[in-house]
Amino acid sequence: MSSTGVRVEFPAGEAPPPPPKASLLRRSLLPLSFLGPALLLLGVWVIYPMVATMYRSLFNDRGTEFVWFDNYELIFTEERLQTALKNNALWVLIVPAAVTAVGLIFAVLTERIVWSTAFKISVFMPLAISLFAVGVIWRIMYQQDPDRGAVNAGIAAIKGEFGSEGVLSQASPSTDDLEGSIAQGFEQKQAVQPGDEALLGLTAIRVPEIPEDAVQAVQPEPLQGGITGVVWRDFTPGGRGTEGEVDRGELGIPGATVELRDSSGDTVDDAKTEPDGTFAFEDVEDGEYRVAVASTTFAAPFKGVNWLGEDLITPSIMFAFIWVNAGFAMVITAAGLASIPRDTLEAARTDGASEWQVFRRITIPLLAPVLTVVFVTQIIGVLKLFDLILSIAPGSTQDDAATLAFVQWQVSFSGQNRFGLGSAIATFILILFIPFLIVNIRRFRADTT
Amino acid sequence: MTKRRFILLALLVGVLAFLAAGCGGDDDDNEAAGTGGGTTAEGGGDVSGNITVLAVWTGAEGEAFQAVLDGFHEQYPQVAVNYKSAKEPATVLSTAVEGGNPPDIAALPQPGFMTDFAQRGALKPIGFAEEKIREGFSDSWLELGTVDGELYGLFFKGANKSTVWYNVPVFEDAGVEAPADWDAFLEAGETLKASGVTPYSIGAADGWTLTDLFENIYLRTAGPEKYDQLTKHEIPWTDQSVKDALTEMAKVVSSGNIAGGTSSALQTDFPTSVTQVYTDPPKAAQVLEGDFVGGVIADETTAEPDTGFNVYAFPEINDSGPVVVGGGDVMVMFKDNPAARALIEYLATPEAAEIWAEKGGFSSPNKNVDPDVYPDELTQQTATELANAEVFRFDMSDLMPGAFGSDALFTLLQDFVKSPDDIDGITQKLESAAKSAYKSS
Repeated sequence: MSSTGVRVEFPAGEAPPPPPKASLLRRSLLPLSFLGPALLLLGVWVIYPMVATMYRSLFNDRGTEFVWFDNYELIFTEERLQTALKNNALWVLIVPAAVTAVGLIFAVLTERIVWSTAFKISVFMPLAISLFAVGVIWRIMYQQDPDRGAVNAGIAAIKGEFGSEGVLSQASPSTDDLEGSIAQGFEQKQAVQPGDEALLGLTAIRVPEIPEDAVQAVQPEPLQGGITGVVWRDFTPGGRGTEGEVDRGELGIPGATVELRDSSGDTVDDAKTEPDGTFAFEDVEDGEYRVAVASTTFAAPFKGVNWLGEDLITPSIMFAFIWVNAGFAMVITAAGLASIPRDTLEAARTDGASEWQVFRRITIPLLAPVLTVVFVTQIIGVLKLFDLILSIAPGSTQDDAATLAFVQWQVSFSGQNRFGLGSAIATFILILFIPFLIVNIRRFRADTT
Repeated sequence: MTKRRFILLALLVGVLAFLAAGCGGDDDDNEAAGTGGGTTAEGGGDVSGNITVLAVWTGAEGEAFQAVLDGFHEQYPQVAVNYKSAKEPATVLSTAVEGGNPPDIAALPQPGFMTDFAQRGALKPIGFAEEKIREGFSDSWLELGTVDGELYGLFFKGANKSTVWYNVPVFEDAGVEAPADWDAFLEAGETLKASGVTPYSIGAADGWTLTDLFENIYLRTAGPEKYDQLTKHEIPWTDQSVKDALTEMAKVVSSGNIAGGTSSALQTDFPTSVTQVYTDPPKAAQVLEGDFVGGVIADETTAEPDTGFNVYAFPEINDSGPVVVGGGDVMVMFKDNPAARALIEYLATPEAAEIWAEKGGFSSPNKNVDPDVYPDELTQQTATELANAEVFRFDMSDLMPGAFGSDALFTLLQDFVKSPDDIDGITQKLESAAKSAYKSS
């Protein structure tokens, strides 16, 4: 902003000197006629709505009854507004500082790399995307299911490198004879002894996951001095089979790892199942054992981090916001950096200051005005934040992610028509803005003088 | 310097002229609409005149509705019908009514708007068409169109929300058939689970999918009278009937039964809840939502009707009979003139509905519509269920104050999905939210 728009220089020496009275009139009339349209537009679209909103906030939601400050009381008593107040505080405390810091780091670092312009452009690029579109992008990236969300897909890819190879991704015991989970394996409740058979029936196995070489499961033959058994898919279509028994048409699970655990729970032996699901532990010492389908049978898929759940939703949105605004902060800060006199830095370096000292004692103080601009802009951006929350948070966690501006929209326009409360929140946000507006106006005045 | 001053003044004049033109433009519009809508036919004999119809339909739906209006024009060549679409008809109409310039006829997406306009005296009763409407529509639809004893609305387009869409190969793998009643439905769920596929897909990120599920269960367990009472908040949400319905609902939405488990289901939106039933491997066996699911499957997946996907009616609970929860667009009349009356009577005929029905994406509540005109068997099935329902109830949440029906009810049912055991806690929260919402509306 330049100062020319503020003070209109009247072209004095132009016309022959008019009488003093007319001059005064002309002196004020002409600037007014120039400012008139702008004032008119500001009046109609800024001042009037502002005053009308404040007035409206003193009425009930239908606008029929004067209720004094009841709506303002609701701001501090309604549950979702309390969450919103807390979230707003978190946003103001964390995000502007983080954006400024990240912008500063990028600005300083890009000064030193070869492809700095390319880097700057790529960091700046998100700012060219509409904030709502940014939200849509991150909403998709944050999906919990790794098949849908890119962030979890990335984590799954890294985990997959170290993951186990199992024949099944999921299963559960078909009867109460087994207990445990996929992570621990499914273990028999009743102990067995050498000569016994162990029936390990599993259900909830998807048809496409049944190994190709699987054949009809068979009832195991008892083995003298050994423990035999079968692991099979204990499911007949329509639920017609008997649970816990090997029925016709039920297939064995080949390649499953079976563990023989002694009475203290230690694994003493393991075996792989045959295509018909059978396995055998030979020459087992006398004693009590439990047979278990080992957890290595299962390659439990990575379920994904719940980025959009109630616990992580606010940090997730904050990250998206920082991703967008870091570019803005970087560009402004870089411009500030460029205007720092090089000789001051050189002088410090010749005097033996370390790079960190130069950065800490010279760069930052000289940059302070620029950093303040970035910081204050971000605070204002954060206070009015609305679109990222609407576009990132799914309906189920919108209330956990809400900020004041979001609740203001929600109660007024999402079908609730609580215009009294909405107006009160809008007025409250305006009050929150005032300190920052004052700071900005002061700065502006300081700049122009 | 003089030149510069001149340019500035010229700019100023330009801006003012622009503003003036802006206001003037509005006036012109109003006048045009006024003359257009105000012209009425002379009585008796042949009906003639210009009428304006306003509705939400655009694109393919707009074209289909235009075809319906063209059919009217063929019967009444002297009447010119001007169709306008508006994204939010209720807002547009409120302004038009305030300005004294409503269209002759409008389609409203929710009966609540109709009640509102009728009570403000903006609507004209359509009792003259009652005979004709009664021929084709069940009593439920007439009751829905009635405000304070006068018939104001004709439901032209309906939606059936009592449908369940399933993955046919998954059902075949598990050896289950489309269940007819609730016990068979739950048993089929268990069997599907044992076959390795999660039984239900719920798009719980969108709260309305949960209200639809609750409404379907509640209408069946509590009956239509209680349903109406609960809609108007004449019985509290802590009523035993609500608890019973939620107990049944908990059997569906427990974590092991819904695709991805609770946390994932709560961030699954409606379209995904449909498509994930038809992915490879499918993430669930069936999705519980209305007739519009068919369109999503056809557009977004490769599944084919019959061999890939199919539909069955939301199962009966305790012999509840053929009951349907749904929605619909209601035609109302803002100006009483012969041309408008003729159009209302025309829209009540099966012929008018059949024009759109043939084009697809449409279910008529009119039971005289020939089922064969629907473009495919599945639409035919859901539309016939809708028109022949013994009891039809409008989507409850659409009839409630917005602060409850499209806000608190959404989030509280989402909380219920998070902890389906806490029925007492959730009903208490529902009741206190309902109390404040109904009080302030």
